[in-house]
Amino acid sequence: MKIIDCPLNGPRNAQEFICAGEVKQEPSQDAAIDEWADFVFLENNLKGVVHEWWCHVASSYWFVVTRDTATERIIATYRPDEFFASQRQTEGADSE
Amino acid sequence: MSKFTTSRLPEPWGSVINRDHTISFRFEGKGYQGYEGDTLASALAANGVMLLSRSFKYHRPRGAFTFAGLDANSYVQVGDEPNVLADMLPISAGLSAMGQNYLGSLYRDHAVHAGRLSRFLPVGFYYRAFFRPKGIWPLWERFFRRAAGLGKINCNADEAYFDKQYLFADVAVIGGGPAGLSAALAAARAGANVLLIEEAATLGGSLNYARFQRHRRDVDSLRDSLIGQVEQNDNIRVLVGATCNGWFPDNWLALSRPNRLYKLRAKHVIACTGSVEQAMVFRNNDLPGVLPASGTQRLMRLYGICPGSRAVVATANAEGYDVVLDLLEAGISVQAVIDVNQSAASPELVEQVSTMGVAVHQACTVGEAIPRTGLRSITGVVINKLAESGEATGESWQLDCDLLVTSVGYAPLGQLVCHAGGELIYDDALNSFIVTNVPPDSGLAGSVNHRYALDAVLADGRTAGLDAARALGLNPEADSQIMPDSGAGGINHPYPIYPHRKGKDFVDFDEDQTVADLQNAVADGFEHPELAKRYSTVGMGPSQGRLSSLNALRIVQRVSGDHLAGASVTTQRPPFKPVSFGVLAGRSFEPERLTPMHRWHADNGAVFMPAGMWKRPAYYAGNKDRAATVAEQVAEEVAVIRGNVGVIDVSTLGGIEIRGPDAAEFLNRMYTFAYKKQPVGRARYLLMTDDTGGIVDDGVACRLDDEHFYITTTTTGSDTVYRNMLRRNAEWGLEIDALNVTSTYAGMNIAGPMSRQVMEKIESDMDFSKDAFPYLAVRQGTINGIPVIAMRVGFVGELGYELHVPWTQALAMWKKLIAVGAQFGIRPVGVEAQRVLRLEKGHIIIGQDTDSLTMPRDAALDWAVTSSKPYFIGKPAIGLSETRPQSRLLVGFRLLNSDGPVPEESHLVVRDDAIVGRVTSVAWSEALDEVIGLAYVAPEQAESGANFQIKVSQGLMVAAQTVQTPFYDPENLRQAL
Repeated sequence: MKIIDCPLNGPRNAQEFICAGEVKQEPSQDAAIDEWADFVFLENNLKGVVHEWWCHVASSYWFVVTRDTATERIIATYRPDEFFASQRQTEGADSE
Repeated sequence: MSKFTTSRLPEPWGSVINRDHTISFRFEGKGYQGYEGDTLASALAANGVMLLSRSFKYHRPRGAFTFAGLDANSYVQVGDEPNVLADMLPISAGLSAMGQNYLGSLYRDHAVHAGRLSRFLPVGFYYRAFFRPKGIWPLWERFFRRAAGLGKINCNADEAYFDKQYLFADVAVIGGGPAGLSAALAAARAGANVLLIEEAATLGGSLNYARFQRHRRDVDSLRDSLIGQVEQNDNIRVLVGATCNGWFPDNWLALSRPNRLYKLRAKHVIACTGSVEQAMVFRNNDLPGVLPASGTQRLMRLYGICPGSRAVVATANAEGYDVVLDLLEAGISVQAVIDVNQSAASPELVEQVSTMGVAVHQACTVGEAIPRTGLRSITGVVINKLAESGEATGESWQLDCDLLVTSVGYAPLGQLVCHAGGELIYDDALNSFIVTNVPPDSGLAGSVNHRYALDAVLADGRTAGLDAARALGLNPEADSQIMPDSGAGGINHPYPIYPHRKGKDFVDFDEDQTVADLQNAVADGFEHPELAKRYSTVGMGPSQGRLSSLNALRIVQRVSGDHLAGASVTTQRPPFKPVSFGVLAGRSFEPERLTPMHRWHADNGAVFMPAGMWKRPAYYAGNKDRAATVAEQVAEEVAVIRGNVGVIDVSTLGGIEIRGPDAAEFLNRMYTFAYKKQPVGRARYLLMTDDTGGIVDDGVACRLDDEHFYITTTTTGSDTVYRNMLRRNAEWGLEIDALNVTSTYAGMNIAGPMSRQVMEKIESDMDFSKDAFPYLAVRQGTINGIPVIAMRVGFVGELGYELHVPWTQALAMWKKLIAVGAQFGIRPVGVEAQRVLRLEKGHIIIGQDTDSLTMPRDAALDWAVTSSKPYFIGKPAIGLSETRPQSRLLVGFRLLNSDGPVPEESHLVVRDDAIVGRVTSVAWSEALDEVIGLAYVAPEQAESGANFQIKVSQGLMVAAQTVQTPFYDPENLRQAL
């Protein structure tokens, strides 16, 4: 069983966690039906590096796991605020 | 029974048996005696019984081969448990075991004739015989059903006790042989906390039986010294009699004992799993009386058993000569040594045994073992002269013997490493597999790492132990050193396979696969080792190819003309050894949640029903009136609430507190209704949808303060709702704090026209009068000194109050309500009555009256959706769905004939033979004097007064009529009294 390094609880057995799928950007409320259908019903199922929502069930703590689905290697875990802040930074850098 | 003349050798032979303690046991119904320390297989061998089971396909007589639990020949049935390894099972007083896989008796197996039918059971016959001629399958099926599986399952077996234990270690060393002992000592001396795991009952591994080209007494003293050092080291814990059955990611190891599963998490793992001696392939190589060198040595050294009286030893290496010395030392006559090498690898050894009077035949092989009638032992062997090519020539002669020992090499037991990502690759220089892709934070040592010379094995273990210590950040003082070692290159014969034109030259004992079977598999086009395995089933038996995949790969690659070097063995999966379901399952836990009033309910006749993990009173049977039916009891409880006053335990409802400046905004996003303008001191309905717009939960929001809400959820939804809230806010980052207080507050709903009188009679700082405490008001205060959140909600459609009370004080409050309410005829009311009461009001139960496709408008709950809000979960989906026609609606219905058949939940609403909906709730309503319910119907049937048909049991059609809800008190006057 893998060990997941929870940002709140430290390294714990994977059994204590649930995965809620990829971190996805929610479309705007008035986005087209196709965009919403894609968001609600379709998963990318990428082979490679993905960012996922994971929850430590016993403490109900949510965080982001960056892992490689091909090798099952966990690359990093982030507090949500930390993750979204770094994403905003990346986006900011991209748009410059 | 047997013609064997085996008996015990004198001491010091038999290092693990205690000759002072005799144990009686039974096998195949016959009584035997063995010594403490004996396994079933060794104790039987001491009694001359080598035959333990029959082979899977041809029902050939088989005996233990490795005497280390590595082959499937030794499977026996012990009571209800099939497939117990006889060479690992310690004998105990009263043990009674049976052989497996025979028709009739182990000694006279009627199905042995399957062997003569072998040419009709060709390789791959499973895939061919099924189809032709047409219609043959039913005949085959009967045959397969009887032949399939090993052992007998007793479906009525008694429940046994199994449990689990968690272990932690810095370094886990798997295997207590010389490499493992050495590795454990090196790591422990560097300061690591070491767990040393050994499958056998004693440590030592090959140090207990092998010679390593030395005097046995030197090996003995080395073993005693190493074990002594391990036992004295406080950093080493030893776990014997435990099999490591799986190696999972991040060094998570499954160790099993007969009734316990250990889950071990190690920072570092050193696999010292050793190697398993491989069979030499010739005709009748599977019979009892043919043993590998290590199996022979285990029998003699561990259990003091004389394996035969006249032996022939066939060898390709020095280990074979070691066995000759062992046999001679034990006083067993060695007829000849058959050395398959063209020239002796070690002229000194040849010289040594020759001077002791043993003839050595160079460049020869065993072509065939000659069976005694019944195939239960051998009477001799046929020796073939080998050509320079290594193939047998026609030149042959016979030798009499009752024991044939073979020594042609080993295969590393790398299967465990493969569970964790390792691979077994054939290496030309070693004539064996090497283990590659060793997982991170682990190492190998000993013969699994192709070290065979004892000094090299010990040095390898030490190196692995020191590497582990360094990986843990320790600074061992000792230095590792590498000892020279010939490795397996000097041990493994490149092709110890001597096919016989009449077959029975077995490559895989588990599956009875011969050389010809593999040749045919390749000829049939299954050239890749993976395909050949699946087609022929070689390596698919219980020993998972440990004893067959090396030779099978050699044959397949030779026949197909592919390179052997770099070829890999087929995928290895846990468990390493068979493990019982009981060990994997452990103890059976069924967690239950009980409300603080549970004991009171039980004492007052409650009959409980499950509600998620909770137990809730279904109804109160009472003690006074046993004659009443359940329906009558429920009807009484309904009448109490409609007529007087009743109290319902609603502690199982979920409770969540939301605090913070963004609390109202948070609820606005999570739920469909609007909460920003909800006044403090008021309750408001909560309806939650998911991203698809489907209803997932409901409840009530109480605004206790501007920035403080206390909300309820459904009983089964609380954990999911709470988790979902935190997940959403992890993204939104609103300034709120959410806390699941389900088990902080207990709840009780006191309802009925007299409920206000009861509340006003209890000492409280709250005013329960109509004006001070109107419908949907929420108040905080104390009742009888107990802090309470009180709310007026229309739970069952009567005047009523819901009290949320600290868990620990809830029972006192409940008892007070019952005591004060006595003069008004108060009674506790269960879930059955609650459901009828709520159904009469048309209230839906989430998950029963809704499914994942139910959108608010389908359940006529669009009044609880505030579309003008900028955002809530499910808003886009709900908005988009409104542009499309509705396919079904949830409506109330009454039966046109309440005396006829009554539909049940999930009975279908049918129109013109098409399904248009289903019944979701149904009950007899005393108040309305008819059967009422909720059902999904087609939109055209949703008008009040429309008729529709419900298909009930036996295909009967029942007429129903759509009714406006609420059925009872349609104006909702009673709850607002």
